[in-house]
Amino acid sequence: MLPNEIFDKLKIEFGEEIISLNEDPGYEPSIKVEPTNLVDIMLFLRDEEGLEFDYPSCLSGVDLGANLGVVYNLYSMKRAHKITIKVEVPKEAPDVPSCELVWRSFDWHEREAYDLLGINFVGHHNLTRILLPDDWEGHPLRKDYVQPDYFHGMKVPY
Amino acid sequence: MSEIRDVAIDLGNVHTEHMKLNVGPQHPSTHGVLRLMVELEGEIVVDVVPHIGYLHRCFEKVCEQNTYTQIVPYVDRMDYVNSMNNELPYVIGVEKLLGITVSERIEAIRVICAELDRIASHEIAVATFGMDAGAFTPFLYLFRDREKILWVLEKLSGSRLLYNYIRIGGLMRDVYPTFKDDLRDIIKTVRETNAEINNLLNDNKIFVERCANIGILPPDVAINYGASGPMLRASGVRHDLRRVDPYSIYNKLDFEVCVGTGTMGTVGDSWDRNWVRMLEMEQSLRIIEQAMEMITDSSEDVRAGIPKRIAPKGELYSRAENPKGELGFYIVGDGKAKPQRVKGRSPCYVNLSIIPEISKGYMFADLIIILGSIDIVLGEIDR
Repeated sequence: MLPNEIFDKLKIEFGEEIISLNEDPGYEPSIKVEPTNLVDIMLFLRDEEGLEFDYPSCLSGVDLGANLGVVYNLYSMKRAHKITIKVEVPKEAPDVPSCELVWRSFDWHEREAYDLLGINFVGHHNLTRILLPDDWEGHPLRKDYVQPDYFHGMKVPY
Repeated sequence: MSEIRDVAIDLGNVHTEHMKLNVGPQHPSTHGVLRLMVELEGEIVVDVVPHIGYLHRCFEKVCEQNTYTQIVPYVDRMDYVNSMNNELPYVIGVEKLLGITVSERIEAIRVICAELDRIASHEIAVATFGMDAGAFTPFLYLFRDREKILWVLEKLSGSRLLYNYIRIGGLMRDVYPTFKDDLRDIIKTVRETNAEINNLLNDNKIFVERCANIGILPPDVAINYGASGPMLRASGVRHDLRRVDPYSIYNKLDFEVCVGTGTMGTVGDSWDRNWVRMLEMEQSLRIIEQAMEMITDSSEDVRAGIPKRIAPKGELYSRAENPKGELGFYIVGDGKAKPQRVKGRSPCYVNLSIIPEISKGYMFADLIIILGSIDIVLGEIDR
């Protein structure tokens, strides 16, 4: 299925919640959606006949300046097609519904995005730091992150 | 003859408690700096919680502060036992963003390097898995062979493990004159040793008893968890990115996608995962044999295509079949010399997250076997 067909199918089902389709050259085709009803959209993508995105490839958090973005790269083993779903949330309230129960793979991916970018995945069963120590302050992959001078009395910049 | 009688024991108020056991972070069976919090009832595993991050080196943050070319050696240090395969998806991704293509000869050399490193990586996997199960001899044989492969790659690139050989738009340097002779030598040795390993290890009754029917991963669970590589294929799913989403010259090569069949136990058990690796080594040898024919002698300059200025605008998710699974890079370029975001989708990271799901209910000693069969490299998990 081509990206515009996937977009049309989503548009019919969800209407206003599907914002836009980006097919610019140099960019992989991606669909931007509203975060409010994300879990339903993802379940639709996973279970709807013809779409069947059964394989979760990747989840990345991105710092876009004023906003934080979450990018879902999905792949369908049955249909051999792929699509990128994008969500944007403001930095002040970075709440994105958790999709860990749609694809269990996103459990650790969401924890990583929380750890490094501070995206709050609402509904995640165990949203704790995964790569950094539990008592680390701040989210290092944000562009405005300032490296601390000391961590537990150890000098951080070498 | 004494009479055997049942003796009734009054247990009274005796009860057992779950015990929490900490495995690692410094433990030979965890294959790196990994800590597992295991909850045990007697010797039965009730729960496993992996704690990772001990090797975190801020790979993604470092990428944002370096140019595209400078990232290639950093990519090497993700999965440090098979650097060539790490470079491939990253370089292909940047090339796609820039819109450049390289000649078939360069692609053939890249594929040979990647497949050589795939064999080296699988040799480590099988060797250390054998050690986990108590077989030490195969380890020595396989590491002897692996050394041969590393030697060729060292002759090619100048480094033993972290090659920085595949460059954006070309290669670091051309192959040396006796390259093909060395490859033929490797193919012969690996075939001979693998036949021996099958006798020593894979058909060994003790080894089979240890790992057949242990850690069974059903295919639907594997797909939903995003498992990839031998872990996914052992569950019977015929999914190999080299075949289903071909990159480089893999669509011109003839090879089989090996899947687990449950020869010794159930489809998707630890033995199958190990067996798929053994089969894949043979397929890699076949790929090398075919790709070797594509390297015809020519006066082509492999550095000619390397662009002077790399500042792409765009974004993509570039993925390739690493020995451990699907290694992907989500690259966002905003037209500057340094990328805005590089995210590494590490196959080991995803594969390790399945361990709580597949190890519950087995004995504690089986947990070590399951962990060994996943074949993790902590450098890639923690990045």
